[in-house]
Amino acid sequence: MLITNMKEEFKVIANLIEDNTRVLDVGCGDGTLMEYLKKNKNIDPRGLELSKKKIQESFGKGLSVIEGNAETDLKQFPDKSFNYAILSQTLQAFYNPEKVLDELLRVANIAIITIPNFAYINVRLQLLIKGKMPVTKNLPDEWYNTPNLHMCSIKDFFEFCEKKNLNLFKALTIKNQKISEINKRNLFFKNLFSELGIFLIKKK
Amino acid sequence: MSKMKELKKIIVNKPLKLDCGETINNYPIAYETYGKLNEKKDNAILAFHALTGDQFLTGINPVTNKKGWWTYLIGPSKPIDTNKFFVICANVIGGCMGSFGPSTVDEKSKKPLGTNFPVITINDMVNAQYNLLDHFKIKKLFCVIGGSMGGMQVLQFVSNFPDAAKNAIPIACTANHSAQNIAFNELARQSIMADNNWDKGNYVNKEKSPDKGLAVARMAAHITYLSQKGLQEKFGRKLQETDNINFGFDADFQIESYLRYQGSVFVDRFDANSYLYITRAMDYFDLTKQYNGKLSDAFKNCSTKFLVISFTSDWLYPTHENKDIVIALNACGADVGFIEIISDKGHDSFLLDVPEFLTTIKKFVDANY
Repeated sequence: MLITNMKEEFKVIANLIEDNTRVLDVGCGDGTLMEYLKKNKNIDPRGLELSKKKIQESFGKGLSVIEGNAETDLKQFPDKSFNYAILSQTLQAFYNPEKVLDELLRVANIAIITIPNFAYINVRLQLLIKGKMPVTKNLPDEWYNTPNLHMCSIKDFFEFCEKKNLNLFKALTIKNQKISEINKRNLFFKNLFSELGIFLIKKK
Repeated sequence: MSKMKELKKIIVNKPLKLDCGETINNYPIAYETYGKLNEKKDNAILAFHALTGDQFLTGINPVTNKKGWWTYLIGPSKPIDTNKFFVICANVIGGCMGSFGPSTVDEKSKKPLGTNFPVITINDMVNAQYNLLDHFKIKKLFCVIGGSMGGMQVLQFVSNFPDAAKNAIPIACTANHSAQNIAFNELARQSIMADNNWDKGNYVNKEKSPDKGLAVARMAAHITYLSQKGLQEKFGRKLQETDNINFGFDADFQIESYLRYQGSVFVDRFDANSYLYITRAMDYFDLTKQYNGKLSDAFKNCSTKFLVISFTSDWLYPTHENKDIVIALNACGADVGFIEIISDKGHDSFLLDVPEFLTTIKKFVDANY
């Protein structure tokens, strides 16, 4: 079964995940991605979510979701209990993103992290020309009500992985439904023209 | 109480070795069913009742003529729809609604057993109820569900019979009865035993029963089922049928009157000895200890899908105790979902009209059937 209205980001993530694996979707929302993985990839995924409404929606899809927060509730999962842990566009909203990444790589072999790129040209221009905090499709909130505490750019994430000695073995971006690789050679341009970064990391 | 004789019962002709060492046989289990068992026998739900519950979970209880205790959740067109599901509920052993308990009449002496009834555990309760699956020739239940002591039975049932239930919903419960809960139960027991009419449980052969002790036990317990906020909002300092305080010890406040009423109606339907035995069973419940300190071992062989539910204002079985169950289930890779429902109604929330709770269960059972 295909879920056609699933957002491009989820389609990319779903294609990165091998069939018959164990997956934890951290901040799984209403379970759209989990449902897709369950129906198309023979995966019995688990989810962690804060919103009670969204958890109920996931229960209504037959999905197993645990109410909780990545900063405090990942500790309930044993080491390497998953092949993949997914974290979609929420890393920047944690008090301590570094600790969350540590935990994700403790419970899973591979972490799939996506971030809204703060170095995207539209974001840069808004700050440069308007002199105001940027508001875009991926960053829809105003400075005073945004949940985002630790914005970063694709380049920042590359440097972070290097500094923390993490194996960033795949980096992708999507533009007009086209997926392209980000690497050290094209990093300058991808960092300027990508709204979203999708990263696969594991421990070295 | 002639209606007691008309209760549906099975007589179990299979010896059951109790945790206390005694073996029982040819004992009755009273039960009730709602809905129809389908041909595939895959729509059966076994519901476990709490401390003072019984098998009449919905509709009208034929003995008390009152509404069943889980009418908000279970019944025709209810979240657990009995047009679709076949719901079984048994009176626990130790209870007083027809199952083997302290008010059961001993065949030899022709007198109620009273405190000659053996001390039973949650484990004994579920082992006894398992016989209902054989009776209905059900290989696998669609679901086991229960709140409070019913939730403890859910946990024990799944660990004893890992292949017997497809889904399990333990609600507002714990894997090990806490010191606080043992304390409240002890208070209730002491209240019953302090009533001279209790007479070491022998009241069953006399005219007077320890109604006062049992009523006080119920009053104390009732407070623990509510929340501070719920009590304050419902009663506050409102006075009962009086404009001013009366400088005496009658029930000036509505809350006093309410508790007295709860106590007085309770003694009409519940047996004091049953209260002693069942609270004891709850206190002895320690699933972690049964598995040598590792709770996750209780679930390591099961393929059951769990939904654990707690309530924000439940201070008797607080969220963190329910979460410990979730952690243990995750530790053995079991399939588990968890949600904490926002409610001011305290521990009693699982019995009341709490829409978010009811919706959650409806979504879960419908999606998994």
